[in-house]
Amino acid sequence: MVDADFWTLVDLFVTFAHLALVAVGGMQASLPEVYRQTVEVHGWMSAPEVADLVALAQASPGPNGLFVSLIGWRVAGLPGFVVATLGLALPPALLAFGMSRIRKRLEGARWLRAAQGGLVPIVVGLMLASGSVSARAADDTIAKVALTLAVAVVVWRTRWNPLWLLVVGAVVGVSGL
Amino acid sequence: MDGATDRVPDLPTAATPEPVPLAGPLRAVPTRSGLFLTFFRIGVCGFGGVGPWARRVIVEERGWFDDRDYAEILALCQVLPGPNVGNVSIMLGDRFHGGLGSVLAISGLMLGPLLIIFSLGLLYDLFGGVPLIDSAIGGVAAAAAGLFLGTAMKMIEKLRLSLLGLAILGCAFVAIGLLRWPLFTVMLVLAPVSILAAWRLRW
Repeated sequence: MVDADFWTLVDLFVTFAHLALVAVGGMQASLPEVYRQTVEVHGWMSAPEVADLVALAQASPGPNGLFVSLIGWRVAGLPGFVVATLGLALPPALLAFGMSRIRKRLEGARWLRAAQGGLVPIVVGLMLASGSVSARAADDTIAKVALTLAVAVVVWRTRWNPLWLLVVGAVVGVSGL
Repeated sequence: MDGATDRVPDLPTAATPEPVPLAGPLRAVPTRSGLFLTFFRIGVCGFGGVGPWARRVIVEERGWFDDRDYAEILALCQVLPGPNVGNVSIMLGDRFHGGLGSVLAISGLMLGPLLIIFSLGLLYDLFGGVPLIDSAIGGVAAAAAGLFLGTAMKMIEKLRLSLLGLAILGCAFVAIGLLRWPLFTVMLVLAPVSILAAWRLRW
């Protein structure tokens, strides 16, 4: 763990606040940007490390975006954890609160429905990009590529609880394939 | 968590500028502690994302919203940035108990998962160098990548997008996933095009 210097914390907050505000469609959709910022722009850690932290967040309950808190922790310890979480949660929360206050006036507004409809294909495209970016970070063997594809097909075609698939992933990982 | 909700025939108007019209005959109103505890439970139970749990608890178990109300709030929250259910908790909290309600609801939602993920992070720090744990996490990461791909495929299948919609989807994927362009730039270009198309074509 690196010791938390002030500007690193500011950097963490600004990076993830910016990300949370651009991330329409949930934090999962913004995963490629998380990789870009963390690995390429700031050089905080390697792509497989990010993949590990995302996997930890997937395996625990709650909003999936919390891998951001773990990244904050790896970068700057406990203060980093707190600051990254605040960056993720605070700006969208304030925005949602403001929208809540004017919600009655927005009901059924045509631009709102157009915005919803228009953002749908982008959100799905980002989700697909998240899968491809994570796969390239995590799949270092043929067996893991096969695992990723198998899980994708199972999630697509069945209603199995995804948690079991993550357990299968752990088993495949331990078996050293 | 009995007594977390009181059955009353009408919503309190203190937190809302005007009386909220009721769709159903009876609507449950959460108490402040009920708000916190219920969102705490949603957060802790929500493995693999909290969305499905949130609807089940808020609509089916507690009866704070009917399905139509919930869908409207969720739709608005999906247009807003940030975690969707986090946004729902803020709006629902505000509806029943104003700003304090929002704070209670979102902190209830985040508290449990944050504690759990903090413990997991601690374990990762302690055992991160252990080869067995490393390879287990590596396997989970490969499976998690499949979750994203599978979820996206499921959505593509269900949505039945128009050709233009599919083209925009493809552009978003190529720009972000393959070319690794910045999200902000891509959204700046794609979002207006796509929203304008939705406005004109009403897909």
